[in-house]
Amino acid sequence: MRKWNSTLLAVSLSVAALTACAAPTTTTTASPAGSASPAAGSASPAVTGSPGRLGTILSRGSLICGVEGTIPGFSFVDSSGKYTGLDVDVCRAIAAALFGDPEKVEFRNLDSTARFPAVASGEVDLLSRNTTWTASRDAAGGNGLEFAPTTFFDGQGVMTSKASGITDFRGLDGKAVCVETGTTTELNLATRATEAGIKINEVKFQDSNAGFAAYQEGRCEAITSDRSQLAAKRTALPNPDDNILLEDVLSKEPLGPVTVNNDSQWFDVVRWVTYGLIQAEEFGITQANVEQKIQDKSPDIKRFLGTDGDLGKQLGLAPDFMVNAIKAGGNYGEIYERNIGAGSQLKIDRGLNKLWTDGGLMYSPPFR
Amino acid sequence: MTTAPPSLSSTRPPAAQVGAIAWLRKNLFSNWFSALLTVVLGLLLVRTSLGFLTWATTTAQWAVIPANLPLFFVGRYPVAQYWRIWAIVGILATLSGLSWGILSRNLAKLFDRNILIGFGVAAAIAVLIPAPIPYRILLLALLGLVLASAWIGRLVGQRMPQLGQWLSLGWGLSLLVVWWLIAGGIGLPGVRTNDWGGLMLTMFMSVTSILLCFPLGILLALGRQSKLPVLRWIAIAFIEVIRGVPLITLLFVGAYMVPLFLPGGIRLNQLLLAIISLTLFSAAYLAENVRGGLQSVPRGQAEAANALGLNSVLATILIVLPQALKVSIPTIVGQFISLVQDTTLVGLLGAFEMLGISRSILANPSFIGRYAEVYLFIGAIYWVLCYAMSLGSRRLEKQLNTTH
Amino acid sequence: MTLSNDGSEKIPFWRDDRYVRIAVQAIVVLILMAIFSFFSGNMFRNLEQQGRQFNFSFLQQGAGFNIGETVIPYETNSPYYWAFVVSLVNTLRLILVGFIATTIIGVVAGIASFSDNWLLRKLNLAYVEIVRNTPLLLQLYVWYFAVFFGFSDKGTVAELPGSILVSKKGIVIPWSNGSPIAWISAAALLIGAIAAFFIWRRRIKIMEEQGASGQREFVALLSLGIVGLLLFLFGLGWQFPRIAASGNVEGGLRMSLEYGSMLAGLAFYTGAFIAEIVRAGIQSVSKGQWEAAKALGLQPASSMRLVVFPQAMRVIIPSLSSQYMNLAKNSSLALAIGYPDIFATSQTSLNQTGRAVEVILLIMAIYLTISLIISVIMNLLNKTVQFTER
Repeated sequence: MRKWNSTLLAVSLSVAALTACAAPTTTTTASPAGSASPAAGSASPAVTGSPGRLGTILSRGSLICGVEGTIPGFSFVDSSGKYTGLDVDVCRAIAAALFGDPEKVEFRNLDSTARFPAVASGEVDLLSRNTTWTASRDAAGGNGLEFAPTTFFDGQGVMTSKASGITDFRGLDGKAVCVETGTTTELNLATRATEAGIKINEVKFQDSNAGFAAYQEGRCEAITSDRSQLAAKRTALPNPDDNILLEDVLSKEPLGPVTVNNDSQWFDVVRWVTYGLIQAEEFGITQANVEQKIQDKSPDIKRFLGTDGDLGKQLGLAPDFMVNAIKAGGNYGEIYERNIGAGSQLKIDRGLNKLWTDGGLMYSPPFR
Repeated sequence: MTTAPPSLSSTRPPAAQVGAIAWLRKNLFSNWFSALLTVVLGLLLVRTSLGFLTWATTTAQWAVIPANLPLFFVGRYPVAQYWRIWAIVGILATLSGLSWGILSRNLAKLFDRNILIGFGVAAAIAVLIPAPIPYRILLLALLGLVLASAWIGRLVGQRMPQLGQWLSLGWGLSLLVVWWLIAGGIGLPGVRTNDWGGLMLTMFMSVTSILLCFPLGILLALGRQSKLPVLRWIAIAFIEVIRGVPLITLLFVGAYMVPLFLPGGIRLNQLLLAIISLTLFSAAYLAENVRGGLQSVPRGQAEAANALGLNSVLATILIVLPQALKVSIPTIVGQFISLVQDTTLVGLLGAFEMLGISRSILANPSFIGRYAEVYLFIGAIYWVLCYAMSLGSRRLEKQLNTTH
Repeated sequence: MTLSNDGSEKIPFWRDDRYVRIAVQAIVVLILMAIFSFFSGNMFRNLEQQGRQFNFSFLQQGAGFNIGETVIPYETNSPYYWAFVVSLVNTLRLILVGFIATTIIGVVAGIASFSDNWLLRKLNLAYVEIVRNTPLLLQLYVWYFAVFFGFSDKGTVAELPGSILVSKKGIVIPWSNGSPIAWISAAALLIGAIAAFFIWRRRIKIMEEQGASGQREFVALLSLGIVGLLLFLFGLGWQFPRIAASGNVEGGLRMSLEYGSMLAGLAFYTGAFIAEIVRAGIQSVSKGQWEAAKALGLQPASSMRLVVFPQAMRVIIPSLSSQYMNLAKNSSLALAIGYPDIFATSQTSLNQTGRAVEVILLIMAIYLTISLIISVIMNLLNKTVQFTER
């Protein structure tokens, strides 16, 4: 009996505690979502005086950048232990713009399911990780993210072996296709298959290596992924030429850096540094000649490099932020060539990723 | 299935025949069933080994291993600080040698045949691995260090048998030194957790979480035995919930939900979050192991302690718990071994422990498609590590065995 | 006794055991409540600031993804909850067959460690030590890529002993054609097996108690066995897979390589642990039992089966529970080699909906339920085994 008495007492006490604690919780949930201040997420008042994430980053003294860590050409660790790749170089450029030092960046590896919670919870300041820009991810009611300019225009493709005799997407009817899970890839494949009225047998893998290995072993007649990845992995096959990329492009995959919603100051920094890399290529400013270009007479270039005007101040950065960003790894074109273009083993054609002046999609709004 | 009773063989009359043929007849072809088994198993074995050897010598491209050796072991740890890792390995080698020597001070022979063979194999591997020459010399020196300190430990142990009690203190202190050496601070340049990786990170996570889980695990075990119903229920609920869900979901909670639970803006280190999840996970398992130990301690022990005037808390801490923990040592080592293996799941979430760094190496355009070689290599490392631990624990168990 | 009556008045309430107990428990509960409400309050605040909600309404939306292998019907646009159900069935299909397979493997390997065949003993030891000391994730890769893909060459169908056809697409084993006659035969087999069990028990009972020869029962058992064998061979409507003219495999039961690899990986991994439990259980049976069995003139194999193993069961069964739970939980690694289990579906859903909290809670609840069911069933089983002790 005594045992039960004590239990009852304990339970009733705890119920009292619960109701007491529940009250403040409900009031906060009741307040309208829109009223959340943009400063949410900053723990300490910023030393530099700028509120929000930017202040947090500046007072911390380093940028935390979420990358994938296992995508050939985009982010991986090379044999000397250094992060390498296009996504990585974008992070370095932003770190250089913030601190004048491209090494003041910490990289976090995030898998495809972990990335959005990590941005949302403030685990990383920035995601530079082959993330496709979609409406639902951007929307406040969806994943609640902000998408900076696209750094790589990709498209989902299908690779298949020549021997399979498949020549177009419809030819996949009833065939097995290897897919990497947790990406838009999966959804696109299902949607296209429904449209085309065909039935595809999907085999999904968490690790893209495993998916690719299964394709190589002949488990699937075809493998689908971003075309850049297919091109990269094809180089590793014993007979690359026996495999073809189908002409069909299943989706548009604009990949670019991502920040959290409701912090436009920080988002603007990421957006304009990324645009700056594209603009630098248009201006012909490279890692090698950026020091000379500072003396350039063109008013546009002077404004761009911070010798004139106060663009940097308006963004909450140093006036010469773009000089630092370009010094870090060069302009967009240089970053591309070094990591995935002609200068790398992957040799992915620039295609849509050429400057708009060359017929591509890379276009920066003016720095004025 | 033909079976023989365990350890009855000693009671059998000595074999009349000697020689290879007799041995074969007795051990491989004793009856038709045994002969059939031998043939089938032998064929399977030969076929598998031949297939593997053919692949390993012709198809496989092993260049990926030597090129990334440092990554496998320490990840992105700065090259200039490698000496700290060597120092840690040196400290651990000395301590294990000393402990081994002191614990086996009463054995007739310190280095029996199996141990010598083991060391011979290890030395051969150290000489043959494709690492830079200085590293190979260091590895050989480490092996020598273990042997020398074991010999010294035995000598000293025979003179001063009470030294054994200081061993655990030595290990405890070394742990602090190891932590200091890895992370830096106080006179050493700091190395951020983000730059830790490879086998070092695997071991760091496992060792730290198994140590941290002790207080919580023991509390839970005692709570589950408690006479207070609320405490008991809470302990049971915690243990059963944690043991009932896959570790990967706990790691998910740790990595992506804990930040949501904290007031806005507070960010915990990712490694810390993984270790918290691993610790909670191990605590639940440890609690069950310790409970098994607690149940094996005769009630008379607690009653005797009470009769001596110890209250129930003191009796538990001083009398019952030490005995229970000693009984649980083998299961705790087993738990530790599975924990080492379970850290691969942290790699799936993006940490650069041994599996994570392997996946990154496989993304290097120079090594795309070399997954079989890489996974076999790290599989072998895991095996050597875990097997060594289970062998060590079995020896320890034998030497600690004081039952009558 | 008189003393304590007087003394109880003087003890202040904070030293009275009864009050202290209640107070301690109340404080613990209060602390837990405080922590819980602190966490959940923060969670709702944080979610709200990020413009996200907490509810399970997404389960009604169309999932929009495919599930590669399904037993029950599933369409691309079925709602999320149905995707969860379909993949839960996949998980259950894996772990239920896994339990049977791992038990067989574990018991055989455990007993094999006492074999007098040297090669078998050593191979068995190698199996246990390799499997227990390497991560399961790597083992799954080996099963999938090295073993199951190794059976056949690309684009060909290989035939294994027993009319099993293997290609890169899957394994096809002989299976019943599922006709009404096959179902009736299966039912008859089941009834026959139950009947045989009771006759067997009765035979032993009358042989022990009445000293009867048991000849009648033996004949009954024998005829049951013959009828059963005939039913098994011809009544079930066996369908042997064969390669049709089109090059596809027809007939038989098809399972994917992913399923096969998961099953093999889980069964052999858990089996190694069960083998150790079985070995320890057999060793725990005292040597006297072996000697007594020998003295009665039993062969080693019979002593194991009739005397030692039943006693070892009592030690073995309680430890099996956590191994079965481990198998169920480890099935969540299926995603690594492309088997669409419940965890794989939860990952896809989490990624597409962004509902991290909801999906993780849901998946934890599902695994917790599975574990609890296993532990309840094993406790019941344990009781029946322990009950027959004396």
